[in-house]
Amino acid sequence: MSEAELRDVLGVFDVEAVRKDFPILDRLVRDARPLVYLDSANTSQKPRQVLDVLTDFYERHNSNIHRATHALGEEATEAYEGARIKVAEFISAPDASEVVFTKNSSEALNLVANVLAWGPRGLAPGDEVVITEMEHHSNIVPWQLLCERTGATLRWFGVTDEGRLDLSSVDDLVNERTKVLSLVHVSNVLGTVNPVAELAARAHAVGALVVVDGSQAVPHMPVDVAALGVDFYAFTGHKMCGPTGIGVLWGRRELLDELPPFLGGGEMIETVTMEKSSYAAVPHKYEAGTPPIAEAVMLGAAVDYLTGIGMAAIANHEQAITSYALARLDRVDGVRILGPAEAFDRGGAISFTVDGVHPHDVAQVLDSEGVAVRAGHHCGRPVHQRFGISASTRASSYLYTTPAEIDALIAGLEQAKEFFGGPPSHAA
Amino acid sequence: MQLESMYQEIILDHYRNPHHKGLRAPFDAEVHHVNPTCGDEITLRVKLEGDKVVDVSYDSAGCSISQASASVLTDLVIGHTVGEGITAHDEFLSLMQSKGAGAPDEDVLEDAVAFAGVSKYPARVKCALLSWMAWKDATAQALGAQPAASSDGAPIPEGTSQ
Repeated sequence: MSEAELRDVLGVFDVEAVRKDFPILDRLVRDARPLVYLDSANTSQKPRQVLDVLTDFYERHNSNIHRATHALGEEATEAYEGARIKVAEFISAPDASEVVFTKNSSEALNLVANVLAWGPRGLAPGDEVVITEMEHHSNIVPWQLLCERTGATLRWFGVTDEGRLDLSSVDDLVNERTKVLSLVHVSNVLGTVNPVAELAARAHAVGALVVVDGSQAVPHMPVDVAALGVDFYAFTGHKMCGPTGIGVLWGRRELLDELPPFLGGGEMIETVTMEKSSYAAVPHKYEAGTPPIAEAVMLGAAVDYLTGIGMAAIANHEQAITSYALARLDRVDGVRILGPAEAFDRGGAISFTVDGVHPHDVAQVLDSEGVAVRAGHHCGRPVHQRFGISASTRASSYLYTTPAEIDALIAGLEQAKEFFGGPPSHAA
Repeated sequence: MQLESMYQEIILDHYRNPHHKGLRAPFDAEVHHVNPTCGDEITLRVKLEGDKVVDVSYDSAGCSISQASASVLTDLVIGHTVGEGITAHDEFLSLMQSKGAGAPDEDVLEDAVAFAGVSKYPARVKCALLSWMAWKDATAQALGAQPAASSDGAPIPEGTSQ
């Protein structure tokens, strides 16, 4: 994309107006430098419209939900269940009862992996679980634990040199023994957007369940869980302008009805005797204990905020920024980008290495200029190993990211190269 | 921030030209430590004779801070007693936990005093400590493998490794 084309795309999206909604973007850091926040894949910043809801909830409506027979209890319950309806509409879920509030994406994925350890769909030796090499640890470890508990076998798709899923082995990997396919929608390391609908159809053809980690998708692009044709879809609030402590598991109603509970406790029961219990209807069957009420209400406000701007507009803006960032990074000597080199089927997380400068040191120099990025393996050690490295630097954008911030990143990279003066003599 | 407050020239020198790098035999114990948050790794070997540290060799991958720290560590412990090494370890650990307010003993820490600036950056303290934790672990194992009569070095203190 040329810079003129970039201006055309950015012209229809008033990023400066968006930025005014995010108080933290006015912060000065490290000797009074303006904050350049390029770590949104890690966690997004929060607009005033979401932050105000926190105070309003606790100042005016605070109560426990579903059990308080008073005015505040009714208001809090309505706000909490209202957030569930907003989230359901946001991802085009057929029914709000299919939206289960969790702590985060990790808990949502662990929930699914745990309820497949027993009950009517409990896995057994000989069964296979298929994941991919580009998963976040939160979509690897729960399945390893499930396989250890049940004797099932864990298998995975590899990744091509271009950072796409290697689908050449799909016939071997997805077979009559496959009980679960769990994959990431958009990679947090490579940025790759995976062909979820196509793979879901393949998995369903052999009777497998399809689980998707949508942590890096839902914040950045329109997602329609029904159109994707998957069975479970997990994402987290704090990466989509919401607070920490609230995540979502969407699941098909008949599966949520059929599968056993995850955590036991208050709110998830119908009746309890000393011998045994029966369970509440979904989604409450999967929401034991007092949930993160204010956080759910804030997530509902975040959905309102994103919807008000428009997810298609946000996706367009991010694609423009990602194109610009990829083009500029490509012109920096010694920079190697992990994942797709063009902004086609690609999210806004861009991981890269700089010859001769370790990612930690790159990030430290950037930080000294006020540029916040992430350095390390970004909870994706296997995909780094796939590319023969142990760590990378990751810059990630969002609806408030400007081309000038990408320019600041590039300037910081040049400074890092200069400061460390090329590769050390022992560099491998 | 002044980058130079963290990346002092001594640190960059050790990073570019690390001392005692490479794995050598013979050795009494070998350990492999990782920094789980960033993936930095070190394999480190210790060779003792009685309570004397005869050799520390290592192979590592990581940032300038972790690489330089390993190099400085070997300078401080090779040829010294285990007890002196532990004293240096404790002094270095204390410096790294000082949040920039440490007054390191240069007689004990020598080049390692250059890491004082690193202690202001919590995210980097683990980088600086990676090789020291590996050395302490390997030394404890080497001492444990020695016949009881000869393990008269200073005891390895517990509870300081985190």
